[in-house]
Amino acid sequence: MANLLSVNNLHKSFGALQATDDLKLNVETGTIHGLIGPNGAGKTTAINQLSGELFADSGTILFDGENITRWPIYKRAQFGLQRSYQITSLFPEFSVLDNVAIAIQATDGHSFRFWGKARKDKSLIDPAMAVLEQVGMDHLAHTPATDLAHGQQRQLELAMTLATKPKMLLLDEPMAGMGKSESHSMMEVLRPLKGKITILMVEHDMDVVFALADHVSVLVRGHCLVTGTPDEVRAHPDVRAAYLGEE
Amino acid sequence: MITRIRSVQIVTLLILFSLPFIATAMNQPFWVDLSTRILIYAIAAMSLDIILGYGGMVSLGHAMFLGIGAYSVGILTHHSFEGSAVPFLPGEWTGSMSGLVHLPASILASSLLGLIIGLLSLRTVGVYFIMITLAFAQMMFYFMISLPTYGGEDGLNVWGRSEIPGLDLSDSVTFYFVCLMLLLAFWFIARRLVDSRFGGVLRGCKQNEQRLKALGYNTMRYKLIAFTIAGAGAGLAGGLLANLNEFVGPGIMHWTKSGELIVMVLLGGMGTLIGPIFGSAALLLLEEILSAYTEHWMIVLGPILLLVVLFARRGIYGFLAGEGAKDG
Repeated sequence: MANLLSVNNLHKSFGALQATDDLKLNVETGTIHGLIGPNGAGKTTAINQLSGELFADSGTILFDGENITRWPIYKRAQFGLQRSYQITSLFPEFSVLDNVAIAIQATDGHSFRFWGKARKDKSLIDPAMAVLEQVGMDHLAHTPATDLAHGQQRQLELAMTLATKPKMLLLDEPMAGMGKSESHSMMEVLRPLKGKITILMVEHDMDVVFALADHVSVLVRGHCLVTGTPDEVRAHPDVRAAYLGEE
Repeated sequence: MITRIRSVQIVTLLILFSLPFIATAMNQPFWVDLSTRILIYAIAAMSLDIILGYGGMVSLGHAMFLGIGAYSVGILTHHSFEGSAVPFLPGEWTGSMSGLVHLPASILASSLLGLIIGLLSLRTVGVYFIMITLAFAQMMFYFMISLPTYGGEDGLNVWGRSEIPGLDLSDSVTFYFVCLMLLLAFWFIARRLVDSRFGGVLRGCKQNEQRLKALGYNTMRYKLIAFTIAGAGAGLAGGLLANLNEFVGPGIMHWTKSGELIVMVLLGGMGTLIGPIFGSAALLLLEEILSAYTEHWMIVLGPILLLVVLFARRGIYGFLAGEGAKDG
């Protein structure tokens, strides 16, 4: 299968700290790819370079046939590379529906429309409701985002990224801070995406990663130690030594 | 059913429409001019509310646009009066006395300035943005002071109000209603603007700009357009102010004026558009009444502002109209 995302020789340092060290990573179209590694391995730094929040010092990022290494974040997002954040990032004063609607608006050409009332715009509200039904949050549509429970906020953020119909999702610890049942319902939202949207997922919960991912890469000190199927990775001696063995 | 917010709006409109007649009936023509001043500053404060209340951009240089708008009228009138050519423009155009030239010129000049200054200052956020807008405004302030052609520090007399066919602006009641119409028109446009798709992006900028970028919005462009529109609104107010005072001085763009505009927005209700009308009225009336007793009238203003900011987050308007003030 073709690679949707391919990262080559990526380097990023903060002063003396080599946060990303010659990172090579390929993500096949339509797969869920897990990115694991001990604390400080540079997982979030890698995600930030892929999404455009940080620029790499050297190396290239190819996405869907384009070299996006120097693209600003909004351009990557428009091109179909969307992300979620480790710390939930929403529009707290907006209702759940408005949060999703503004995500849909982002894909609907430019927003230099100064006159029509956005809140009465069927072409935003109808697809937004459809996305909320997909993640099972339609009954919360008119609740302000700030009033949601933590798990619901995480789910809303995912819904926003899905609403843009991305080619690929970068999920930075989608289950962070979630309880067992919340994390379970998040799994149920993610599982059906398999084969439809390519996902690169950083996650600490190993059960989640090994249950969902087609491939797993292990990151240690900014470097990709090994990539393989969950079974291969689990069995790999270096991984056991560097990572799983520590716990 | 008439909601609380609607009744506040209707009463406000009734007061605004009847004020000049009440003042005339009570033989207090001075009150007409004071009310006109309130309307003009309301336009300026409302324009600031678009970027401050909705976009979260704290500009401490907004009076600069007020000044540019005012000087546009002053300069065009000056050249028309002298019969000399307006510099930097092609041909030998000797200015104009027409309001149909003056006010568009005020709007054009201030939005052009807004575009340039926005382009430079919107690269920064937070306290740096406050500082850079302040710096630009002070630059313009000293620039006008150092231009002897236009009166320098002494300012420029505006010889007569703008001429609009069929309207006599030198009649204070007529001028009041022209200002009122422009205020209502600006409010209507601003209301549509903040409720539009563009407005949604602008509100999003205030809450979480990073999220907007990650969704695919080039937020800089949206902020720049909002900044330019706000500049245009303040420019219009400046053009009217030059007419009201029949004078333009650099004091109009001193940074304390920018501060006053922020106070008006906070006092009246930030992010409500209508609030700044109340803010403008409250501040100018306080000044008018208190300055009769003491020149240190700000001593009273300070605690009032403090109380409003602490206990009434949507300002006077929020206090009157209740919960719905946000959407009004």
